Amino acid sequence: MSWKSLAGSLLALAAWSALAATESYPSTYQARPGAPLLIRNATVLDGTGRRLDGADVLVRDGRIVGVGPGLERGTATEIDAQGRWVTPGLIDVHSHLGVYASPGVDATQDGNEATDPVTPGVWAEHSVWPQDPGFATALAGGVTTMQVLPGSANLIGGRGVTLRNVPATTYQAMKFPDAPQGLKMACGENPKRVYGEMNRAPSTRMGNVAGYRQAFADAQDYAGQWDKYQAERTAYDKKKDKDKDPADRPSPPKRDLRLETLVAAMQGKVQVHVHCYRADEMAVMLDLAKEFGFKIAAFHHGVETYKIANRLGQEGVCGALWADWWGFKLEAYDGIWENIAFVDAAPNGCAIVHSDSEEGIQRLNQEAAKAMSRGQRAGLDIPPERAIRWITSNAARSLGIADRVGTLEPGKIADIVIWNRDPFSVYALPDLVYIDGTLAFDRNHPQATPRSDFLLGQPGAAR
Amino acid sequence: MSRRHMPLLFVLLACWLGSSGIARSEDLLIRGATVHTLTTQGTLERADVRVRDGRVVEVGKGLAPGAGATVIEANGRPLTPGLFGGITGLGIVEIGLESSTVDSSALVDSGTSGPAFVPRPEFDVTPAFNADSVSIGVNRIEGITFAMIAPNASGTLFAGQGAVARLDGSDNPFVAASRTQFLDLGSSATAGVGYSRAAQFMLLEQAAREALPGKPLQAGDVRLLTPTGREVLARYLAGGRVAFAVDRAGDIRQVLEFAAKHGVRPIIIGGAQASQVATLLARARVPVVLDPLLNLPGTFDQLGASLENAAQLQRAGVPIMFTHFTASTNTAHKVRQGAGVAVAHGLPWDAALAALTSTPADVFGLGPEAGRIGPGSPADLVLWSADPLEVTSVAEQVWIGGRAQSMRSRQTELRDRYRPAGAAARPQDR
Repeated sequence: MSWKSLAGSLLALAAWSALAATESYPSTYQARPGAPLLIRNATVLDGTGRRLDGADVLVRDGRIVGVGPGLERGTATEIDAQGRWVTPGLIDVHSHLGVYASPGVDATQDGNEATDPVTPGVWAEHSVWPQDPGFATALAGGVTTMQVLPGSANLIGGRGVTLRNVPATTYQAMKFPDAPQGLKMACGENPKRVYGEMNRAPSTRMGNVAGYRQAFADAQDYAGQWDKYQAERTAYDKKKDKDKDPADRPSPPKRDLRLETLVAAMQGKVQVHVHCYRADEMAVMLDLAKEFGFKIAAFHHGVETYKIANRLGQEGVCGALWADWWGFKLEAYDGIWENIAFVDAAPNGCAIVHSDSEEGIQRLNQEAAKAMSRGQRAGLDIPPERAIRWITSNAARSLGIADRVGTLEPGKIADIVIWNRDPFSVYALPDLVYIDGTLAFDRNHPQATPRSDFLLGQPGAAR
Repeated sequence: MSRRHMPLLFVLLACWLGSSGIARSEDLLIRGATVHTLTTQGTLERADVRVRDGRVVEVGKGLAPGAGATVIEANGRPLTPGLFGGITGLGIVEIGLESSTVDSSALVDSGTSGPAFVPRPEFDVTPAFNADSVSIGVNRIEGITFAMIAPNASGTLFAGQGAVARLDGSDNPFVAASRTQFLDLGSSATAGVGYSRAAQFMLLEQAAREALPGKPLQAGDVRLLTPTGREVLARYLAGGRVAFAVDRAGDIRQVLEFAAKHGVRPIIIGGAQASQVATLLARARVPVVLDPLLNLPGTFDQLGASLENAAQLQRAGVPIMFTHFTASTNTAHKVRQGAGVAVAHGLPWDAALAALTSTPADVFGLGPEAGRIGPGSPADLVLWSADPLEVTSVAEQVWIGGRAQSMRSRQTELRDRYRPAGAAARPQDR
C-alpha cells in the first residue's frame, strides 16, 4: 500500500473509528466547581517556567482567572498563603494505580494481559479498580491527574487512560473528559523475557521488533479494508434508489479491536507511550514510528535517554523518567542521577518525572527535587520554576491535555496545590489540593479527604 | 595523587630514608563543621574533628592541625557519621534480574525423596561478597558507609546468615559481631513451608528443637535441618541475633514469644503494623527495621501501614532503623530520603539521624563509639552540602576509617561522558 492511499484509508476509517471506539465507555466525570477562591500572597510556580513571589491566584467556576500580585477579591473565599508555595496540580504520566492495586494480591493483578505479546485491544481502564487506596495517597502528594497504563510484559500492551484523581465508584467518573487515550508499547527485556520463558516469540530483541512491525503492517491492511469498504459504500449510496439492490450493499469488515487501536495510533488519536530503557532501542522505535507513520509522545523509564537527548528534542519526543532508579536489570544499568536534567537541557527537550510506583507517585516533587539538584551540580541552571514543569506542563503535553491542565494560566482548569513550603524539599507537604477549584485534600482535616471503601472497617487499618 | 594512593613501596622507602613528615600521615582535621555527634554532646556548631589512625581522636573548637595533617575546611557544612544502608544485597546482588550476578539465596534441592527444599540456616552470604560491585560505589558516594549484607529471605523460612559490612572496598569488610540469621514469616509463605504461616511457626519450632543438644538421632527420624544447620542454629539459639521479616501485629507477637522461649535476640524487619505492638517491642527492646515510605497495604499483613510508623515507634521507645524495600541494593541510599519523609511525618530530626547511624551500630554490635562522632569513633564520616536528610543535599566527601573515599562511581563516569555542552563541571564533580 502506498503511503498516500494509506492516508486516504486512515481518513475513511477516522469517521468510523471515532464512532465505534473513542465514544465508547464515555467519561461521566463531573467537575463540581466550588465558590470563587483567592489564594493570597504565595510563591507561585505557574508551570510555564515563571515564578511569581507574593502573588495571588484567583479561581472562579473551577478555572484559573488570574495570577499576579494584588488581585481583586470580589466575593471569593480568601486563603492566606503567606510563606507557602503554589503549583499546578501534579500529573503522573505513568501509573498503575487501579490496575495493580493495593493490596497486591492475586486478584488485583490486572495490569498485564500477558497471554499474548500483542494486545492493543485491551484497555487499562477496564482493569481500573477505583477503590485502590493508592489514589488517595497520591492525592495527598498533590497528584490531580494521572495516566494509568497497562504493564510492560507485552510488545503492545493496550490502551492507557487519563484519570482525574477524584474518589469515585466507577472509573468512568474519574475519566478525564476528551483526553486522548494512550497506547502502551514496550521495548527490550520484559517482553522477550515473558514470552521467551514460555518458549514462544518474542524471545529476542529482533523478535520484539518483528512483532511490532507485523502488528502495524496488519493494521495498515485493516485500514485498507475499511478504505475499500468506505469507497464501495459511498458508490452504493450514490446510486439511485431504484438501482440499489440490498444484496449488493457492501458489508463492513468485521471489527478488530486490536487493529483498531493501532490504526488510531497511526491517525494520531491516541498518544503513543513507549517503555524503553536503552538509547539504541529508542532509536529503533523512532524508526518504527517513521515506518508506520505514528508519533511517539514519550519514552518511559528511558534510563539512557541522556545519551540521545538532542535527538528526542529534535523529534519532539518527551522522556518520562525516574530520578534515581537504576541497575535492577541490565537495560537499566546505565541510569544516572542527571538523566532528567540532561534531557531537559537539550534544545526543545521535554523532561518528565514519572513514578511507575504507588510510592513514587506520592512524592513526585521530591523526585523532581533530586533531579534538579543533581542537574545543578552538573553545571546546569535549573531553578524550581523550570523543574516544576517536569511534573506539570511537560507531563500534560505528553498526554495531549496541555490545553486544559498543567499550568496556572487563565482559562486552565483550577487544579492547584498549596504546599507548606518550597516543594523541592523532603519536608514539603501539600497543605491543600484543589481539583476544578474545589477542595479535594486538606492535610489538617484528613477525615474530610478520600478514603477507599476497602479500608473501611478494617481493624488493622484504623486511623 | 593523594597520599593514600602512593605506592606502598614508595612510602616504605621514604620511611627508610628517614624522611620526616610521614609521621601522623593519617592525620585529618575537618574544621568548622556542624558536627552531628550522636553522643551526649549533640550537635556542635563550627566544631573541628581530628582523625588519626582511622579513628576520631578529638572533637572540639579551635583544634590546631598537626604537622602534615590534611585539613578540610567544612565552612559550616554538616558532618555526620557514615549512614547505614539498611538490609541490602550490596556485593551479593549486582543486577537483580540477572541470576548469574545474584548470590543472595540458597534454595537447595534435597533430591527426589525429601521435601521441596531444605532449610539451610547455615547458608552464609558473606563468602560471596564482591567488593568491586558497582552498586557499592554508587551507594558509598551517597554517604552509605555500612550496610547489612543479607540473604534474600523472600518466600523461605530460614534465609541464612548475613553480616554488616563497612563499605571500604576491602575484600573482607564484615563486622564479626554483626552476624544475623534471617527468617521470613507471614503471608509470603510458599510451597516449601506449606503455604501457611502456622506451618512456618511449626517448622521453626521443629528446627529449634532439633538444634537442642543431646537428642541423638533415632532410626526413622525425619530431620528438617542438616547437621551443620543444627549446629549453626544452636549458636543463634544461645543468644544470637535473629531478624524476622514480618509485618502483621499478631506475627510480631508470635515472634516475641518464640524469641523469649528460645533465647534469641530478635529484630523485626518490615513491621508495617509494629506500632500496634509498640509497647511490647519497647519493653523487650526489640528493634524494628522499617521502610519509612511504606504507607499502602502491599499485602493484607500491611493493612494500616503509615508514614507515621517511624514516629510512633520512636515515641514508644522502640529502637528503629531504616531500609528501602523497593530497591534495597542498587538504590539503598534512598534510606536517607525515607528518613527525611519520616521527619516530615513527626519523627524528630535527631532521631531520624540516629536511625541511620548510632542505632544500627548499636544493634549490630559495631562497638559503643561506632555510628557516632566522638573520641574513639571509627572515622566513618560524611561531609554534606547541606541538611543530610534533604533530597537536594549531596555527600561531598566520604571517609571510611579515616580514608577519603573516591567520590566517583560508574554513574559519574557516564555522567561526565555525556555531560551536555554548556554544563560546566564544578570542581567537586571532577
